[in-house]
Amino acid sequence: MILIQARTEPSNTMKFVSPLLAVTLTLIFGGILFTAIGKSPVQALQVLLIAPLSDAYNIGEMFVKMGPLLLCAVGLSLCYRANMWNIGAEGQLLAGALGGSAAALYFIESESIFALPLTLIAGMLSGMICAAIPTYLKLRFNSNLILTTIMFNYIALYLLIWSVHGPLRDPQGYGFPESALFADNTLLPTLFEDSRIHLGVLFALIASVIGWFILTKTHLGFQVRVFGADESAAKYAGFKGNKLGWLVMLFAGALAGLAGVSETTGPIGQLVPNVSPGYGYSAIIVAYLGRLHPIGAIIAAVFMAVLYMGGDLAQIEMGIPVAVVSMFQGVLLFFLLACDFFINNRLTFTNQATN
Amino acid sequence: MDADLIVQILFAAIKTGTPLLFIALGEVICEKTGVLNLGQEGMMLMGAVVGFLAAYSTGNMGFGVIAAMLMGSIMSLIFAVLVLHVGANQVATGLALTIFGTGLSAFVGADYVGKTLQGFQPIAIPVLSDIPYLGRIIFNHDILVYFSFFMTGLLIFVVNKTRLGLTIKAVGENPNAANAIGIKVLKVRYLAVMFGGAMAGISGAYMSLVYTPMWVEGMTSGRGWIALALVVFASWRVGRIMLGAYLFGLASIMHLVLQGLGLSISPNLLAMLPYVATVVVMVIISADHFKEKLLAPRSLGKPFNPRNMA
Repeated sequence: MILIQARTEPSNTMKFVSPLLAVTLTLIFGGILFTAIGKSPVQALQVLLIAPLSDAYNIGEMFVKMGPLLLCAVGLSLCYRANMWNIGAEGQLLAGALGGSAAALYFIESESIFALPLTLIAGMLSGMICAAIPTYLKLRFNSNLILTTIMFNYIALYLLIWSVHGPLRDPQGYGFPESALFADNTLLPTLFEDSRIHLGVLFALIASVIGWFILTKTHLGFQVRVFGADESAAKYAGFKGNKLGWLVMLFAGALAGLAGVSETTGPIGQLVPNVSPGYGYSAIIVAYLGRLHPIGAIIAAVFMAVLYMGGDLAQIEMGIPVAVVSMFQGVLLFFLLACDFFINNRLTFTNQATN
Repeated sequence: MDADLIVQILFAAIKTGTPLLFIALGEVICEKTGVLNLGQEGMMLMGAVVGFLAAYSTGNMGFGVIAAMLMGSIMSLIFAVLVLHVGANQVATGLALTIFGTGLSAFVGADYVGKTLQGFQPIAIPVLSDIPYLGRIIFNHDILVYFSFFMTGLLIFVVNKTRLGLTIKAVGENPNAANAIGIKVLKVRYLAVMFGGAMAGISGAYMSLVYTPMWVEGMTSGRGWIALALVVFASWRVGRIMLGAYLFGLASIMHLVLQGLGLSISPNLLAMLPYVATVVVMVIISADHFKEKLLAPRSLGKPFNPRNMA
């Protein structure tokens, strides 16, 4: 007889085991799925998970994909801890790409050493603006943050598409919806030779350390954690919910904006309509998988980046549609939520049948 | 702007509003029982792709619609089990459903992109469609639009005039009290979530069988999310959902209206309009904190565990 029993205290072990269990279950699901569509599951999983790490070039590409995922996820982790349901990382990323690109195009003739820093700041500010509007609407007018941030994902997307068709389009671009190529001094330098790993990847790692520091070592982070654990206790302690809400949202907006501008001034080198393959949405899963912890997010972001890489490789080598990646992401989150059940509950085995 | 154009615009507003109407009708029932399902977009996409596949491979449109509704319900069942039995967070689970549905629909439909269907043809209702103006606006649609009229009427009746409607409201307002008088709270919620899934499925089928009779990845472009806002806009009242859906429909075809007025604005800017309108509406409706608290189902988003009951 197996019984479900509520634990008296949440299990700390399960908090760490649960993501691993969820990943394992997702891989089993993947194996079954690939068998069902007539592909070798061993080969498919090898292409999805091992091949992206097989040589130096692929590892570099993996880090390039990890950068934006991690930047977005660190911000989201803090937001979710403070009960701010920000689903708008994608829009904030696109806004950052747009604002940053406008700055980069402004500096296209410039020789100034401030061109790149100002471009990055423009991107971060744009991301912050895109986060600030829904935040203001929530804190001032009580509107639903989930829905407004999602609407801003679409608004930012269409604004970006409009810009590359209109004001930011390259006049010499034969009518393609793309901006001109940025000048070299507004491009992020790469860190190693023969690899596309750029400064933005380093920013992402620094951001997660900063996020970790804020969350665990400062009074502000303490307030965020209390607020997330028990809102009424936090208010009783005199913590200002609105101020915290503003801070985490602006922090998340700045990081997502930085992710966007790092993409356009990094691997892409110009503004194009499809800056992001849904990094902002995947970052939600990265944040959860990393247990809403900025350092945990690094491991989760690496895993997710491998999956993105693997998806591309599986498409090329085995003809598996690349959509398999976002499907796996959804399944992974399902399994994670299901496994989290055992943080607060446990199974007990008894010999007698009980009523 | 002449009368003919106005008729065309209103006709198109109904057509564009219909998928929103379907999905929001499902979601409002679901929310009335206290469950917030953010997976609408995912269920809708799955409905769209499965509906298209079924109709394309059998040549039977009705079969496509039924397959879409079934698919929507199956998708919602995943959500229901996680939220109602495992006690997972409703927001996170709904998001997972949307991400999963977006990926799965693209995966399943990969080989069918670009193929087209004949689609449902409009049926003019005898006599009624001869009414000047009104006939052409309301009574010259395809069968799914008429079905959406029927469903709206049916749900207004069920919610306001029947015992079932009272049960739904009781579960959403106070699940503990409902449980105490012998209502199976979880059963009601399961059924409501699955009804929501079926409606999301048919809404997706409307997109891929009527609105643009083909399958394109991500073709619902956020309609599932707009529907969630629509429920708030309608203050959880079924009748107002219909009005709201057509208003949003009108906002999405604003380019027609502006053409009529002789203005030309970039289509990419106009594409932002439904989303901007959604934000504006959310702000206006929610600004009155007290009123929203009064209108929203009181247990919305909160889990209910019968095992905790004494």
